[in-house]
Amino acid sequence: MTMTEPEVQALWKELEARLAAGDRFAGLFATRAADRDPVVLSAHVATAGDIETLQVTLPPYATSYPALTPRVGAAFWYERVIHDQFGVVPEGHPRLAPLIRPGDPLPRHVEGYGLFTIPHGPVRSGVLESIEYLVETPGEAIPHLNMRVFYKHRGVARRFAGMTPRDAVLLAERTEGIASVAHALAFCHAVERMAGCVPPSAAALVRVLHAELERIANHLDVAVRLADAAGLAVATARLALHKERVMRLVSRMCGSRFGRGVVVPGGVSALPRLAPAELRDEVEQLARQVTSEAAALMATSSFLDRLRGTGPLTPPRARTHGALGPIGKAAGFADDNRLTRPYDGYPDLAVWPTRAHQAGDALVRLRVRWEEVDQSFGLLRRAAEELAERTGDQLRVACEPTSGRALGWAEAPQGEVLYDVALAAGRVTGCQPRSASFHNLVLMHEVFTGDILTDFPFIEASFGLSVAGVAL
Amino acid sequence: MSIWVLRGLRDGVVTTRWPAKPDPYADAWRGPARPVDASRSDPAADLTDLCPTGAITVTGGTVRVDQGRCILCGRCVAERPGVFAWSQGVTGAAALVREQLVIPELPGSGAAVAAARARLAERTRALRRSVHIRHVDAGSDGSEEWEIQALLGPVYDLHRLGVFVTASPRHADVLLVTGAGALGMSGPLRTTYDAMPGPKVVIAAGTDAVSGGLLAGGAAVTGGVGTTVPVDIWLAGSPPGPFGILNALLIAVGYLAPDGKRSR
Repeated sequence: MTMTEPEVQALWKELEARLAAGDRFAGLFATRAADRDPVVLSAHVATAGDIETLQVTLPPYATSYPALTPRVGAAFWYERVIHDQFGVVPEGHPRLAPLIRPGDPLPRHVEGYGLFTIPHGPVRSGVLESIEYLVETPGEAIPHLNMRVFYKHRGVARRFAGMTPRDAVLLAERTEGIASVAHALAFCHAVERMAGCVPPSAAALVRVLHAELERIANHLDVAVRLADAAGLAVATARLALHKERVMRLVSRMCGSRFGRGVVVPGGVSALPRLAPAELRDEVEQLARQVTSEAAALMATSSFLDRLRGTGPLTPPRARTHGALGPIGKAAGFADDNRLTRPYDGYPDLAVWPTRAHQAGDALVRLRVRWEEVDQSFGLLRRAAEELAERTGDQLRVACEPTSGRALGWAEAPQGEVLYDVALAAGRVTGCQPRSASFHNLVLMHEVFTGDILTDFPFIEASFGLSVAGVAL
Repeated sequence: MSIWVLRGLRDGVVTTRWPAKPDPYADAWRGPARPVDASRSDPAADLTDLCPTGAITVTGGTVRVDQGRCILCGRCVAERPGVFAWSQGVTGAAALVREQLVIPELPGSGAAVAAARARLAERTRALRRSVHIRHVDAGSDGSEEWEIQALLGPVYDLHRLGVFVTASPRHADVLLVTGAGALGMSGPLRTTYDAMPGPKVVIAAGTDAVSGGLLAGGAAVTGGVGTTVPVDIWLAGSPPGPFGILNALLIAVGYLAPDGKRSR
């Protein structure tokens, strides 16, 4: 019981009302300016055209506050992180075990005759990121799944402190390496918002090119893993070949296979090194190959059988959780920042929405990804055409804010990436990245309805998330 | 299913013949930064302050780049093109001792390299045509895993060289470690190493695994994996590309020497 309980409860009530009215819960974080300063709770809410922050300051030396999780279930992991980082107890949180800090294992969730736990990880079979899945099972069915993500916690959020924005964008690129461009964009959007500067239109187009190629590479990676899980050797090899082609195209454009070093505060570092005509030809050729392979994959019935009805997320859960990216879209909850809160070249390029889906299973998640790939090729074509007419334009404007705080976002292949950045005297004093991987991974607890052990690789691959972005 | 039989024949052979034949993509590969004009009279701070990870040092008028810290941001190359340049090709980024990644060579590091080479040769003699790798992610950003997975695809096709990825450390000859050394992974990494039979070779793959990169000095990482397991091959790159990792693997199995020459 603390003095601010009424204030915190009032804020939660306001938050709940806004979520009921259609806003989306986009995160809850704690910050503290200095060691002895009071802890500030910031809840991010995505509205129709913006993302806003609601704040409350806990009293000095407060050791607890009334938890948000009982009211807003999506805060479940966020409050565990707050507990890990600051030791403040969210009173009433249902399961307050360590999430990103190494600690004791969670107690078993289900009890009963013949139930046992199969641990997978943290060193997993194959070349995968470190995470431990504790599968609670009577043999085949999976009544419950526990996840321990803390093994690869790297302390990324704290490393931002003290950096100049120019250095910090390099760290943002390495926060979730497979979505380097999206993280760099979200960070730069926050800094640009603070400075009130707008990147030149040529730079905005270059950003779109890299962001969309990143999306195609990520979606192909998911398809590779799904085809591999189904044992389709030729499809796996073909899709891996296309992914390699995309990455080589990116490296020919900028020197890095992950588009690193391109996005800088105020614009981009350089134009693609490929001539516009060559870029257009490459995109055309890729589009043809990928579209044809996708059509063949989606006509292979032995493959579709493994995905249909596997790991379904229900539309009501997608909506209450605010599921991001393809996972949300597959379950009827589509909030794509390129459409709803557009940035860079997207307002001019007119992104069209993907089809409405309801089933929310692994099959529809893959369908959504193919639709997004089509969309990306369309955007690439138009962005490349536009860029051909602007080759002489400026690529960067001065962007050196000294102090302030702002949110920045970008639509990564996994969904919305959100950065809460604070600067003072030209240096980062606080930076809280929130990846779509963090927000969405917790949903994996809930999708094993009727699925069995051999469905596990399909469900994991169909989520398409990166552990690096979860444990930070 | 028959559609896949025909599709498998499309595009012909896409697999590289590297290292038996040169590959243009490997030759054009952009590696870590290096000094082109090592003896400069510029104020030292002007050069050292360029690097976000402190990879640039100036001692006695000699400019050095520690490629094991270079995250390939390219700032030094862009701002002082007369002093720094990108290294080209894939062979330069792998070294047998940590100091060997410092360019130009530190005085007196030659003996250590020779000793390390002899130690490695001793072990790799046992690794012939069938080599198994165990990969461990010790806090990577996820990009290194993509580059290792690429090696299993049709373009690089690791299997043509007799190299395979294995799930069990009991079958593994090579431990391929990525990531800055997250404290939570120290135990599992060490356990995996201990579970491997000898002789074994450890590769620290990527600038993060070598030195911690931008995370070096952070409270949640050891700043490179060298303090947890004994590293034999240090591979720079953020991330190192598929050819870079392939090169390090071929050094690990004794197929290539660190200077890029065939050793058998």
